[in-house]
Amino acid sequence: MALQSLDITRRSATTTRPPSQRRTPEVAKLIDVSKCIGCKACQVACMEWNDTRDAVGTNQGVLDNPPDLTENSWTVMRYAEVETGRGLEWLIRKDGCMHCTDPGCLKACPAPGAIVQYSNGIVDFQEEHCIGCGYCITGCPFNIPRLSKKDSKVYKCTLCSDRVAAGLEPACVKTCPTGAIVFGTKEDMKHHAAGRIADLRERGFAGAGLYDPPGVDGTHVMYVLHHADRPELYNGLRKDPSIGAMVGLWKGAAKPLASLALALAAVGAFFHYVIKGPNEVPKEIEKEFEDEKRS
Amino acid sequence: MAPTFGRGAMTNHWVDIKNANVIIVMGGNAAEAHPCGFKWVTEAKVHNHATFIVVDPRFTRSASVADLYAPIRTGTDIAFLGGVINYLLSRDRIQHEYVKAYTNASLIVSEGYRFDDGLFSGYDAPNRTYDRSTWVYEMGPDGFARIDETLQHPRCVLNLMKQHYSRYTPEMVSDICGTPKEQFLRICELLASTSVPNRTATFMYALGWTQHSVGAQMIRTAAMVQLLLGNVGMPGGGVNALRGHSNIQGLTDLGLLSNLLPGYLTLANEKETSYRAYLDKRTPKPLRPNQFNYWSNYPKFHVSLMKSWWGDKATSDNDWCFDWLPKLDVEYDIMRQFELMGQGKMNGYICQGFNPLAAIPDKAKLMKALSKLKYLVVIDPLATETSCFWENHGELNDVKSSAIRTEVIRLPSTCFAEENGSLTNSGRWLQWHYQGAPPPGDAWPDADIMAGIFLRLRELYRKEGGAFPDPILNLTWDYRIPHAPAPEELAREYNGKALADLADPKDPTRVMVKKGQQLDGYGQLKDDGSTACGCWLFSGSWTEKGNMMARRDNSDPSGLGNTPNWAFSWPANRRIMYNRASCDPQGRPWDPNRGLVWWNGAAWTGADVPDFKPDSPPGEGMNPFIMQPEGVGRLFALDKMAEGPLPEHYEPFESPIGANPLHPKVISNPAARVFKDDWESFGTDKDYPYAATTYRLTEHFHFWTKHTRLSSIMQPEQFVEISEELAKEKGIRAGDRVKVWSKRGHIMAVAVVTRRIKPLKVGGKTVHHVGIPLHWGFKGVARGGYLTNTLTPFVGDANSQTPEFKSFIVNIEKA
Amino acid sequence: MKNDPDRLPRYTASERANHWLVALTFFLAALSGLAFFHPVFYPLGQLFGGGVWARILHPFFGVAILFFFSSMYLRFRKLCVMTPADWDWLRHVREMIRGDDRDMPESGKLNGGQKLLFWLLAACMALLVLSGIVIWRAYFSPLFPEGLIRFAAIVHAAAGVFMVGLIFGHIYIAIWTRESIDAMIYGKVRRAWAKQHHPAWFREMTGENK
Repeated sequence: MALQSLDITRRSATTTRPPSQRRTPEVAKLIDVSKCIGCKACQVACMEWNDTRDAVGTNQGVLDNPPDLTENSWTVMRYAEVETGRGLEWLIRKDGCMHCTDPGCLKACPAPGAIVQYSNGIVDFQEEHCIGCGYCITGCPFNIPRLSKKDSKVYKCTLCSDRVAAGLEPACVKTCPTGAIVFGTKEDMKHHAAGRIADLRERGFAGAGLYDPPGVDGTHVMYVLHHADRPELYNGLRKDPSIGAMVGLWKGAAKPLASLALALAAVGAFFHYVIKGPNEVPKEIEKEFEDEKRS
Repeated sequence: MAPTFGRGAMTNHWVDIKNANVIIVMGGNAAEAHPCGFKWVTEAKVHNHATFIVVDPRFTRSASVADLYAPIRTGTDIAFLGGVINYLLSRDRIQHEYVKAYTNASLIVSEGYRFDDGLFSGYDAPNRTYDRSTWVYEMGPDGFARIDETLQHPRCVLNLMKQHYSRYTPEMVSDICGTPKEQFLRICELLASTSVPNRTATFMYALGWTQHSVGAQMIRTAAMVQLLLGNVGMPGGGVNALRGHSNIQGLTDLGLLSNLLPGYLTLANEKETSYRAYLDKRTPKPLRPNQFNYWSNYPKFHVSLMKSWWGDKATSDNDWCFDWLPKLDVEYDIMRQFELMGQGKMNGYICQGFNPLAAIPDKAKLMKALSKLKYLVVIDPLATETSCFWENHGELNDVKSSAIRTEVIRLPSTCFAEENGSLTNSGRWLQWHYQGAPPPGDAWPDADIMAGIFLRLRELYRKEGGAFPDPILNLTWDYRIPHAPAPEELAREYNGKALADLADPKDPTRVMVKKGQQLDGYGQLKDDGSTACGCWLFSGSWTEKGNMMARRDNSDPSGLGNTPNWAFSWPANRRIMYNRASCDPQGRPWDPNRGLVWWNGAAWTGADVPDFKPDSPPGEGMNPFIMQPEGVGRLFALDKMAEGPLPEHYEPFESPIGANPLHPKVISNPAARVFKDDWESFGTDKDYPYAATTYRLTEHFHFWTKHTRLSSIMQPEQFVEISEELAKEKGIRAGDRVKVWSKRGHIMAVAVVTRRIKPLKVGGKTVHHVGIPLHWGFKGVARGGYLTNTLTPFVGDANSQTPEFKSFIVNIEKA
Repeated sequence: MKNDPDRLPRYTASERANHWLVALTFFLAALSGLAFFHPVFYPLGQLFGGGVWARILHPFFGVAILFFFSSMYLRFRKLCVMTPADWDWLRHVREMIRGDDRDMPESGKLNGGQKLLFWLLAACMALLVLSGIVIWRAYFSPLFPEGLIRFAAIVHAAAGVFMVGLIFGHIYIAIWTRESIDAMIYGKVRRAWAKQHHPAWFREMTGENK
């Protein structure tokens, strides 16, 4: 929300290039699921920093609460009890916007400037430009944006772009008591992840790895997973997320081509008229009826 | 822990956990209840390749990041750890040199000591107490305890232990605890791997051990394991009590229990009318030659305390006002207080920062007790359940308000962030904090409220006299603003000051501390009335150099995380207690890579303040546990524990198997106090077949945070956790409302059906657990819930009287 | 002109009103919808008070057009049944566009092109309504799976733009074919016009065999 226009590298529903002189290093938040204890401090910190408050809900037979992302809960912990070769595992994943390099929400958005991507990789909603159509929800491969019933704007994690702009880490990172969430340049985070993955493999997690899905050209929120080969164990984290052929078709070349076709049709019709002239009642028939009248 | 090591607090400190090679969380759930401190577990895993073990009835948040998890039936930890002791002794996996030199393994126990069929010698059945006179060492003609350094004597502690724990075979452990044998043995092996000098294990526990009728003995069993492994005094070792409240360590340090004075000094009982006898009893003689025994300083601490309280009025002629101190007939622990209230023998109650209606067992009994009071004063920042016990909240608190005559006075107080002060954390650090926001409305700091009460009482005594006005009229009260003592003034008072010029003991012509100056530490305290000190343990926290608790230099020269210039750590800014034991008898660190203190040829020095006489060379014969008269860690606790010198497995008072596989005649702790009427309030496994345990969730803090919106959003509604198997048996689905009841009452909650609780095979029987988080009540912004102590039995630990919240039995149905 | 004996009644007043209501709501829906179709059309949203209002109103325009179009569909569906002659007419449509209508098969009240347009528009409407419900975020989207919403978004966009194209053609032909707009405005056409463009219908109306 608070980075300057100089840093915007992509802008929704905009066909011209945004400012692109200034480059900043790409940042990333790395969530080490193997260190996460599911304490929800990140959920609280997120609400505190952004001054959002969800309703006091109910228990739905699980520990997850609030049970899903909402316009006020931009991050939630998702708890999965799975039986693996190691016995019972309680996999706890912090869910929220992944800040894709190729963001499906931005691609789908019809409102110019309602979704922007900064050169550091953060994908941010500019709610004052949002028209509330929900196309971003349709475009998102991770099912993240939530439409507010109160103001019909969509909301999601900003990766604390306001804090990051001021040289601070996101609020969830700041508060994480076990150091499961770390923040830095994407390169550093990949390096950090490599060390964690080596430790996990040593502890017998052969499938440990980094979740930085290539289908969306990588993300700026990444996970270290014990079972990177089976991300779906983590409460349905998508294995190969991508914007999807349908959204690509919908928002890709088809629309400009269709617009062009409409324009060509208009031009064609005009020249048809100019060249062929109007389709009038021929003189013979006119004469026939005039004769009839006279008679 | 005090009976074993000498001091009853976390031996190491939070940061030190990062130095461990093996970490075991048992009797606690550090990730859930101590998420901030838990970071040091992850640090140990990442930087020290530590192995992390969790033993718990539930697969907890801690277990979610553990390398190894083993289930255990609630209340059977002594059986588990007794099995570990048996494993270590029978397979000879102990740190021999350490055990021989630093524990009482080689000391010989009195001939009269016995253990038969679940009872130790000296049991007095009608009174449920022991005559402990046979639980002592055999004394030699030289006046010291007899020793057999060859460890051959059949009555030397090590052999008694071998015999005692030989019954705790892996099969027996599995049969009592329900822990699969292979998992138990893997944990034994991992712990045993730290019996070498350069590996350590740390135990982290909390209320999961203290809140049992055998809680203190559970902790002791872990302490014994650590002594056998040579892990006490070592960086990355120890037995680490994780306190549940940011300042509960400070509470016990300052003696806020009915039988204590500040700094773990104790009140006299009613028979101790002579000051000399009182001191003699508390100033033990060394049990081994050349032993330096810190409690020999007891008179200095006590006299300085009396001088702090009564100033010039305390003189050697009047025994420093010893007669002004109350003398106890019995211990007035919290459970006895409510028992007395119920009997109509306690009519007024001042309840400060405490919500007993939620925090003591058997709500129905508590309600009756509170309803009999004439007045109840509640000093608290929040509208607690206790202060509103008379309100009708439908099913949640179904009382007839008009029938309750108790006058309730609520005095709103500040919360910690609204005042300056210090908090003492689990690791014994006194950390100063500053006011973050002004208090709302009419809230006053607790000190101002207490001062207000005191000044009015003093005025009344002054005007009207009274039975015994002296202690009140003469109490030192020289605060700048009498009705508002400043936290800084109180802190300075605890540290202590010189009342006369103090001479340097090495050079009597030199004045070490001038009259009126703050003391540098408790080493300067005197028993001649020339020093005053409000709490000897805290001495050194506010010296002439200023507020040591406010120091914020986190430099760590040793790399062991000791940060000597960060805040102040009692005792004497020592970070790891008993650190002399981190060296071999010759004074060299057991693990050269983790050198904490060492003998440099002339003195003890190193990265920490040595827990030892600084100039006593190795070979002089002084032993490292300087708070004990024999200077060693006690595997055999002598007469310090109510139910026996060696921990024995006793079932919870409400046991899901209703039997004790080790000794059928003695099922539960024979020395635990049970009030007469309460026997009838205990259920049996026939009517209440499921083991139940209460616990906390990371989203909430006790009964406070249901008053805050954010925490209530995170965990809005009361629930109980059951296994998929029990749910199926009972036709309960996740999200259903269920009724859980014990013989004392019922609660209703949402069912969370989970794989994280598994049925256990115990004695050929299947035992199911019902997990009951306790954070809800009838006040606050979270959804209303039942106070879970509606279910819990009114019985506590035989030594500390801590209630048995962790093990009881219930029944459950879909509501 | 009203009682001009020279003119044949072609559409009743209610038919005309219905047509123009459909036309009006179509323009509202199309202009507001195009605003989201591609950034180049986004300024069209300003016609409705900006992007947010366009987003709010567009589906309600859809509801309105559904209502009017359904009515029109019921009126004309029998008239628009395709006959072999209509198909034959369509086969000759190229000649027609070239301006040479001498060999065109005779058409009735509506020619094959008009009938085809009717059915195509009806199909578009059906697709737009069904897909529109699925992507109507404010009320219905939460009821559908994400994959279906994505599919519906494509269907809606494709059907919408196709329908715009159809209407585009419809309007042009109406302009190109002189006097045909009279039919929808006044309800009557000159006999000569009728004989030229809809000879079979002309005969039916006048009873002339020629």
